[in-house]
Formats: sequence, C-alpha cells, structure tokens
Amino acid sequence: MIEREIRKRKVISRLALLAAFFCALWGLFWLFFIIFDVLRHGLSSINLSLFLEVPTPPGEPGGGLKHAFIGHLLITLVAVILGIPFGILGGTFLAEYGRNFRFSRFISFLADTMVSVPAIVVGAFVYAIMVKPLGHFSGWSGGVALAIIMLPVIIRTTEHMLSLVPWTMREAAFALGAPYHKVIWQVVYPSVKTGLLTGCLLAIARVSGEAAPLLFTSFNNNFLSYDMSGPMASLTVTIFVYAMGPYEDWHGKAWGAALVITLAILLINLTARLMLKKGGKS
Amino acid sequence: MVFTNRIFLFFTFLGALLIPLIILGILIVFLKEASLAFQKFGFVSFIFSPEWDPVFEKFGGAVPLTGTLIVAFLSLIFAVPFALGIAIFVVEVCPASLKEIVRLAIELLAAIPSIVYGMWGLFTLAPIMARYIEPFLQRVFSPIPLIGKLFEGTPLGIDLWTASIMLSIMIIPFTASIAIESFYLVPRVLKESAYGMGATKWEVIKDVMFPYCKIGILGGIGLSLGRALGETMAVAFVLGNINSFPTSLFSPTTTVTVKLANEFTEADKDIHLSALFYLALLLYILSLIVIACSKYLILRVRSR
Amino acid sequence: MHFRDKMLGLGLALLFLLTFFLPSKASETLNGAGSTFVYPILSKWAYDFQKVSGVKINYQSIGSGGGIRQITERTIHFGASDMPLTPQELKSKKLLQFPIVIGGVVLAYNLPELRGKSLILDGETICGVYLGKIKSWDDPKIRALNPGIALPSRPITPVFRSDGSGTTALFTHYLSEVCKDWAKEVGFGTSVKFKTGLSGKGNEGVANYVKRTPYSIGYVEYAYAVQNKLSIALLKNRAGNVVAPDVNTFKEAASSANLDPKNHFYAWITNAPGKNAYPITGLVFILLAEEKKDINKKVVKFFDWVLTNGDNQALSLQYVPLPKDLKDKVRSYWKANGLY
Repeated sequence: MIEREIRKRKVISRLALLAAFFCALWGLFWLFFIIFDVLRHGLSSINLSLFLEVPTPPGEPGGGLKHAFIGHLLITLVAVILGIPFGILGGTFLAEYGRNFRFSRFISFLADTMVSVPAIVVGAFVYAIMVKPLGHFSGWSGGVALAIIMLPVIIRTTEHMLSLVPWTMREAAFALGAPYHKVIWQVVYPSVKTGLLTGCLLAIARVSGEAAPLLFTSFNNNFLSYDMSGPMASLTVTIFVYAMGPYEDWHGKAWGAALVITLAILLINLTARLMLKKGGKS
Repeated sequence: MVFTNRIFLFFTFLGALLIPLIILGILIVFLKEASLAFQKFGFVSFIFSPEWDPVFEKFGGAVPLTGTLIVAFLSLIFAVPFALGIAIFVVEVCPASLKEIVRLAIELLAAIPSIVYGMWGLFTLAPIMARYIEPFLQRVFSPIPLIGKLFEGTPLGIDLWTASIMLSIMIIPFTASIAIESFYLVPRVLKESAYGMGATKWEVIKDVMFPYCKIGILGGIGLSLGRALGETMAVAFVLGNINSFPTSLFSPTTTVTVKLANEFTEADKDIHLSALFYLALLLYILSLIVIACSKYLILRVRSR
Repeated sequence: MHFRDKMLGLGLALLFLLTFFLPSKASETLNGAGSTFVYPILSKWAYDFQKVSGVKINYQSIGSGGGIRQITERTIHFGASDMPLTPQELKSKKLLQFPIVIGGVVLAYNLPELRGKSLILDGETICGVYLGKIKSWDDPKIRALNPGIALPSRPITPVFRSDGSGTTALFTHYLSEVCKDWAKEVGFGTSVKFKTGLSGKGNEGVANYVKRTPYSIGYVEYAYAVQNKLSIALLKNRAGNVVAPDVNTFKEAASSANLDPKNHFYAWITNAPGKNAYPITGLVFILLAEEKKDINKKVVKFFDWVLTNGDNQALSLQYVPLPKDLKDKVRSYWKANGLY
C-alpha cells in the first residue's frame, strides 16, 4: 500500500520535472525560432548596398539604408555622451558620497523603477519638453530620449559595481591622505572598470533596439543627414515604416536591418556577460 | 584639493538628482498636457467612455485601457507557468554545466528588440496563427457553450490571441530570472530537512520552495506585468489597432501604447493630442505603481 | 588610465559632437509631412529635384491629419493633405493652401477566386460593407452588380485607416454624399469612427493588410494598388456608368471643380457629375505657414519645378497633373502671397 503511494508520488515528481523540462524547451524553441527566422529573411537582404546606399523612392527597387545606419549611430552616440557620464556620476553618489543617507536608498529604488518605465512614455515626454517648444523634430531630442532611458540603468549598475569594492581599499587610500574624489578616481573606478564597461554595454544594447521613443522625437528622414537639429533616420523607426508598408522591397530591407540590429545587440550582450564572467573570476 | 572634491561631489549629486527630477518631470508635464482633456472629460467619464471620435471630438479611454489590461493579463497567463517551469528546470533539473547557458538563453529572449518581435509577429507568427492554430482552436472549442464564444470571429491572425502569445514570450525572462534567483535563496537546510522526511523533488519544490519564494516570485510576475503594460512596437504590428472592445480572443483591439504610437504625430486637434497625453498619464501612473510594488517585494526578499 | 587621458578623450568626443552644430550649407533640407496619398509621387519628385538642385525635400508620410497638425505646430516646413482646409480653418491656423496634383481613391480587394475578372461596386454597397450591414461577399446587393461572377460565401473584412488620413476624408466624403445612413451615422473627416473592420497605418498599411488578408477590402490611393498589384474594383458613378480608375476618369472628375484662389482652392471633387468621372477623386493640397516667408519661397521653388517638370512622373504613377489653367491660378496665388 505504502509502496504504491510512494511510487505514485515519485511518478508525479518525475512528470512535474518533465513538464519543467518542456517549459525550458518552449522558451529555447522560441529563441531559436525567432533568431533563425530573422536570419532566414534577413540574410538575403544583407549586401553592401544596404549599408552604402541611400533609399530610392517607394516602389522602386534598389537603394539601401545608409542614412538609417548613420542616423542611428549618431543618435545613439548622443545618448551615450549624455547618459553615461551622468549615470556614472549618479551611481557614484549613491554608492560613495551618499551611501549613508536614506535618501540615497530612495533614489536607488526610484532609479530601479524607472528602468522599466514604458519607452513610449519617455518619447511623449521629450516631445513635450523639446520638440514642441523648439518647433521641430531633431536628432538631439531622439538622443535625449534614449539618454533618459539609459540613465537609470547605468546608475543602477554603477552603484552595484561600486558597492562591491571592499571598504578597506578606500580606507587604505584615505590613510595615505587622499581626498575622496581621488580615492574614487584612482582606487575605486579602476578596480571596477570592467563591470562599469559591461553595464554601459548592456545599456547601449538596450537603447539601440528602441523605436517608440524615437517616433516623436527624431522622427524620420529619407535622406542622409548629419544635421542633428533636424529629423533623423534611425534603423528601428525605418524598420517600423518599411515593415508596415506594402512594398516587397521594403520588407526585405526591413528584415536586413532587423538582422543587423538583432545580431549587434545579441553580440553586445554576450560580450558583456563574458567580460563579467572573466572579470569576476580574476 | 578640497575644492575639487566638492565640485565632484556636486556633480555626482546632480547625477543622482536627475532621477527624481525626471520622474516628477514626466508627471508634471503629462498633467499639464492632459489638462485640456481632463477639463473636458473629467476622470470617471474618461475612463469609462468607449468613444474615440476625433470628428465629433469625443474621447474616452475605456477601450485602450481595457485593451492594455486584457493583453497584459492574457500574456501573463501564458507566460507565468512557463517561466516558473523554466525556473524549476534551471534550479532543480538542469545539469550544472548547462545551467548558465540556459539562463543566458532565456535572458536573450528579453534582449531581442521589440520591433524585431513585432516584425516577426506580423510576417511569421500571425500567418501561422491564421492558417493553422486559430482555425484548429475554433474547431475544437466552438461547440462548447461559454468557452466557444472566446474563439469566435474570422481568424485573421491580427488579434488579441497572437499579440498575447507573442508578448508572453517576451516577458517570460522577467519572471523566470527573479524566480531562479528566489529559488537559489531558499536555505539548504529547509530543503534538506524536507528530503530527510522522504519528500520527492516535486514535493520539495511545491511545498517548501514555492511558499518560501512566494513574495519574490510575485515581484517577478509584477515586473513581467510592468513590461507587458508598456510594450508598444511588438503589439502595434499584430493587434489590429481598432478602437473597440474585443468580443473574442480573435478580435483586433487596441492598447494605450499602440494608440499613442499610431496617433501621436497625427492628432490634428489639440483636444485629440491632450486626450492622448491623458492616456499616457494614466499608463505612466499605472506602470509606476505596478513596477514600484514589484521592486519593493523583490527588495524585501533580497534583504531577508 | 589616467584622469587626464579620460578628460582628453571626453574633450575630443565633445569636439567631434560640436561639428554637428555647424550648419551644412552644402545640402539644404526642407521637411514636409502629411498625406500618404501623395507619398509615392512626392518622393519621386523629391528624389529628382535633389539631383537637379541639391536641395533635399524630406517628406514623411504620416497621414494628412499629421501633416495638418505638424504644419500648424510649425514643426515642419510644409504639410500635405488630401482633405482641404476651409478658409476659416486656414485663417485661424494662419496657413496658405494650394493644390499640387490630382489622384483617385480605389477599392482594392483580395478575392482569390476572382482571377482576371473585376468586381463592380457602387456607393450603396461600399457603404453597406463599411457599416457592417453587408457582411458576406455573396450578399444579394453585391451579386446584383456582378451577375457573371461566382462570389464566395465568405465574410468580408473591411480595412480602414488607423491614422488621421486625407484618403479617409475623401472616401468618407464620397460615402456621405451617396449614402444617407453614412452621413448620419459616421460623417466624414480625417479620422472617423468606423463601425467594423481592421485598421492599418497609412495607405501603406491598408495596402499591406489587403494584400495579405484573403477576403478583405480596403480603400487606398491608386498608385498603392497598382504598385502592389492589388485587384481594383470598378465603380458605378453618379451618371450611372461603370468606370475604371485611371488618368482619364480622374481628369474628368477634376474638370468639374471650381477652384478659386481667393478661397484658397477649397473644393471637393468626389461624386463628380461627369459621364465618365471617377467617383472618388481628390486633389492633394500643400499647406504653408503664412509667416515663414523665406522658407515658403524655398518650398515654392520646389513646387514650381514640379509644376513645370513633374507631369511625366505624375502620369507614370497614375496621378493626374494639374491642368494648365489651374497651374496658372496656383502661380498667381503664390505671387499674390509674395512667394514667387
């Protein structure tokens, strides 16, 4: 009798764990399916002209997405230049100067919450504070929107990395008579530079895939433009416009751009995590 | 020396201050932009009115708000069981050498940009749903009286069903990684004593780990929910963007984010734009509350 | 890395960024947005104009509603709309308006069974479909217009615009004229409350949905239907004749219009009276901000080039270029406003 009970429970346990295995398969299946699909559709569109040429009028085959690649890079560059310094500074405050205040824990919590705020909300915000008053769409406002999305991510990873540095290291520097800022710059930062770098890389990977915040800030441009004070093309918005359109040629280009972005983001993610692993081991 | 230190301190403080400034800033700006619509439509009547008529200038948020909630909850229903299953797999079943790889693979699901999800959804998932899955589901469920109603309608693939399934795949990693983290926090002693009493692996998971990790898992689910509420691009491709309540799983509808993406640059009347900002404000507050509560729960678990 | 190296790097990066502040005189860009209806031909003109003059006309197809909004907000240099603004609206928004080209809205459909044969529809049936009263392709009303065709017994999926659209305005204006129920229940405008169906963003989105959704029907600008090889319905016009959309039937519809520069060319040409007039025809209007004289002069230079050189391009894409006397009226309008 008891044997039967035990066997039944064992069977149930095996089944449950099998179900867990299938759940993992479900997740992995979709990952590989999507990546495979993007590869399948996008590979045929990857050629030199996609990167080197500007678009032709709709309906006409040929041309490329050079304007979108360059625009996207420029906008992301602005986001990086605005978001990373302020992010690192903010995280430094939370982990160093402000570490003893409850206020800092509160800000840290707010930053953590802000990480998950809908990107389109940020886009609407920047539209209201930059685009409307200034009177035009601009690459700058697109960069600002992405910077706002990056900021809390960088603050959190910086704070986390800095808090991992043992206090004794700082004490040793203080004992030598160094002022706090020197302690931070010459002792703390160097010891976490890999971690900080990976944090930045992951944040860049995250924002370079965003389209919603760019929809009403940098808008779009059919031409190659280096003028950040006007509308700018970006890969993600271009994918949106081209995928929603009816032209087969557009669809192909959209897949190509999607492949490039996906590969780039996946690569950055893998690199960052590998760096973290190696940094941790040493 | 002291001077440089002070300057640096100032700048770091500024950096940190940006956070509450931005959060408040968004709130204030949205309140200001939405005030026109608020004055005209009030609060309760805006939330409950299904009208969205730019010609006659009558706006109400009932449809997008309901759509947002329904899509989010449906995707949670599809995501959470799998996410928990994955967590169980990684912690209890997976061979040690593969654990990190599987964890990484699941996190990569969240790294794929949502616009790529959207494209894939439009060109691959929706047609599969329209041609095979949805007709099959219709055949199976239509005869059943109440549930059958859920599967009515022309299976076009551009509907609540496809959007929810796709969104569920996107939000699995959030619940999964928090659940994995929570499972690892369970003290060995607790598990060992259960095993010592003759419990099977599943019983340990069910009766020891889950109760212990309830709060953390809830937080993880909350994060997935927060993501689902705010997702725009992926859903915009496959939801159909219609301002009407869905009558079945195969109905197209709309959400706040999709409406914003479609109509923001094109609202040609001030009241229209203001109504959109009103929706954005509501979404913002809702997401903040959901995310803050979830983060709080997770914080409680981590500090235990 | 030393502190000063980091500062150096930061300084160089900032310097690099500063270069973007330098206005690039070499290539000037004018930004326009609006009607997706006119997008195919406008971008073609812009592409050619750039080769000739170096000036880039960056036109974004976001729907007429968007064009009207953005030019009102002055976030762009010119807007394009298939829905004309009334003189009162133009006065309150301080805008100028003139037509640039003529096009037609067609009903594109996806009926796999109907290879080679064209469907015939009229105002009543289209109205019925979009009101949800005619639900199936083999409805008696549709069969009455198409005696020789075996229509499938499938539900119709109407597709409409999700964004603020001049094409919608033209389409709904036509329906309001031919269908009492429509005028009462829905009305016309860039963004109306459609009763049933799927919605797509832009002419592009509607064309996309019709293309990939069997048994659907949608209203799109003619060029989109042609470029995407969609099946196009023949329509019964006001005179009772069945006409196909093409350059001639559009032209005939436009000839009945009374376009007055003094009224900023405000006119609708849907449901035109001509014998072979295509019932859903419209003009595309360009909107300018009154006070931006310098910008407007530059924009007018582009459109002047279009009026002089753009006819062949327009015809190749099935748009109807403005007739000569209308072109003269437009030029005199520009002169009267100090832009020419």
